[in-house]
Amino acid sequence: MASDRRFPVRLDLQHGTVDMSHGAGGRAMAQLIAEVFQRHLNNDLLAQCNDQALFMPPAGRLVISTDGHVISPLFFPGGDIGCLSVHGTLNDVAMAGARPLYLAAGFILEEGFPLSDLVRIVESMARAANDAGVPVVTGDTKVVERGKGDGVFITTTGIGVVPDGILISGERARPGDAILISGSIGDHGVAILSKRENLGFGTEIQSDTTALHDLVAAMITVVPDIHCLRDPTRGGLATTLNELAHQSGVGMQIREDAIPVCTDVAAACELLGLDPLYVANEGKLVAICPAEFAEALLQTMRHHPQGKASAIIGEVVEDALHFVQMETSFGGSRIVDWLAGEQLPRIC
Amino acid sequence: MKYIDEFRDPGIAHRLAIAIAAEVDPFREYRFMEFCGGHTHAIFRYGVQHLMPPNLHFIHGPGCPVCVLPIRRVDHAIALATQHDITLCTYGDLMRVPASGHRSLLKAKAEGADIRMVYSTQDVLRIARDNSTRQVVFFAIGFETTTPPTAVAIQVARAERLKNFSVFCNHVLTPAALRAILATAGSDGVQLDGILGPSHVSTLIGSRSYGFVSKEYGLPVVIAGFEPLDVMQSVLMLVRQINACRCEVENQYRRSVTEDGNLKAQALMAEVFSVRHQFEWRGLGFLPHSALALADDYVDLDAEQRFPVALGEAREIKGCECPAILRGVKQPTDCTLFGTVCVPDNPMGACMVSSEGACAAYWSYGRFREPSRHGSIS
Repeated sequence: MASDRRFPVRLDLQHGTVDMSHGAGGRAMAQLIAEVFQRHLNNDLLAQCNDQALFMPPAGRLVISTDGHVISPLFFPGGDIGCLSVHGTLNDVAMAGARPLYLAAGFILEEGFPLSDLVRIVESMARAANDAGVPVVTGDTKVVERGKGDGVFITTTGIGVVPDGILISGERARPGDAILISGSIGDHGVAILSKRENLGFGTEIQSDTTALHDLVAAMITVVPDIHCLRDPTRGGLATTLNELAHQSGVGMQIREDAIPVCTDVAAACELLGLDPLYVANEGKLVAICPAEFAEALLQTMRHHPQGKASAIIGEVVEDALHFVQMETSFGGSRIVDWLAGEQLPRIC
Repeated sequence: MKYIDEFRDPGIAHRLAIAIAAEVDPFREYRFMEFCGGHTHAIFRYGVQHLMPPNLHFIHGPGCPVCVLPIRRVDHAIALATQHDITLCTYGDLMRVPASGHRSLLKAKAEGADIRMVYSTQDVLRIARDNSTRQVVFFAIGFETTTPPTAVAIQVARAERLKNFSVFCNHVLTPAALRAILATAGSDGVQLDGILGPSHVSTLIGSRSYGFVSKEYGLPVVIAGFEPLDVMQSVLMLVRQINACRCEVENQYRRSVTEDGNLKAQALMAEVFSVRHQFEWRGLGFLPHSALALADDYVDLDAEQRFPVALGEAREIKGCECPAILRGVKQPTDCTLFGTVCVPDNPMGACMVSSEGACAAYWSYGRFREPSRHGSIS
């Protein structure tokens, strides 16, 4: 990087820490932005160095979505808060069938946070944004006193454009529609939990955090009439299906046998008394489409790297009470309810 | 998943269901109490009830450690955390249990009390070691299954001379509760024909502990594992005992339970704890010799002694039927609060909090079946 006359002494990115001046609006903040954020997230719009990014809106319908990220631990198997903050918002934008265009990022840093960790996080964000082809074009940095934050919180906002003829919305599920999932459930939540509680499993379960807009683009090309898309994050698959059932005023009937769960995740859930249906995902989507397109959609998903383990897991049914019901692998049936409170382990 | 799938095999389940349907006498009712919340949970989660004939009923017992804890003890825990400058460590389920005046540990935490959720007693020891200048109290609850880990933690704390560790002890004893249920069965409406005995608890205390059920109360017992096939096989064993007019303690959960139980754990519990003269149970009242306190040699680690608290009068939530539901006298759907103001997100009673509570199981897994609860085998 060319030397910048404003900052005669470079930031100590190996041993330095965030201090209050990095959020105070003065030279120290300008240096943090230049040597950490701009250096890694570099793109033409960010390089405008204004408080906003100026661009021409594309033709078509725009969507906007925002997402706060407060995950603990900040670094986890398969990812970190940096890439997660990119994927989370890209996926929210993509669930409208949209092609994401730009991201904005707001950082709340805690005084004393190691700059080396911040660099790792921003590098990871940059990689995720670059892989997705969606630049972070504007941002904000604030610093709070030690003890008033938890290292770093990142809020990202994304904007995207929805192709003509696509209308994907949570209220469009209709009786008879097929319900699909793009892969195994529970990976992210179990990966986080395994680190948070120092559970020391024999194998390391990786978070599934990833951007899904490319998968969505492939899906809507083949089946433009997808009715609903949603990423089952907090509350897991069970909560997402309940949300969609309620929003569309329908019921759902799913088959436990058909829902993909990795063996390691299933084992961890057994041990912890968790139900994978309620465990968070960060790289999966639920799709609902007319039954006649279900097979074509499934094959498209399975041919995409982000959807190899996709499956048809059930169908939308008429139900005035909007229940999600499941045929259990055991041969019985039961309700799959909303998540209540946090998912708690058994104690006896 | 090996050693799991074998116990959830739908083909075997179907065959068991057919056997049960074939062997039940259609001219009588079969009312089996599953003592443990773990069984209640399995019955609902796997849809076992759906596989039973219509004249076979599960009566849900009091074996949910969170549910039987009286409000006074939750009030006491909140008082410990708010009246003293301590860190209170607790298992997750307890956080949302309603206390007097619509309070809970979760609300006390939100108001600033230092209350932490732990997964094991080892976490509590770690917190105590890492914060040597701060008093750390473990809110210990549970039946015999969770008692040995508490005993181990107490012994480790003693060995390490951890001066800042103590235990608020609420460990309870299964046989005492079972005796209380059976002593009133029949007179106030609970009709029972057999008992599905606890699984993990029995691993600790042994099948011998249930001899009094068949001898004194004339009821058959089958100790059942927690997997759905365990439950179904145990039901078949109970049906066969009844049809043959037998009344014995049988052990379906042989892969874990022996007649004597875990003698080492029993010795450990006897060393660290003493039996209380009496203890209050939610729904069952004060039961003699039904709970444990720290033994005299360990009384310096007893949080009740170390941190005196001022307690107001314990007040049950008006209209909450948890006490009657815990005795098996009422079903969750008999409670006017069930599903109206009392739901898992806003529990009025403890039975709606824990996944092992009958109300939570009804609400989360089974409410679509009301009012006709029983399915048929197709």
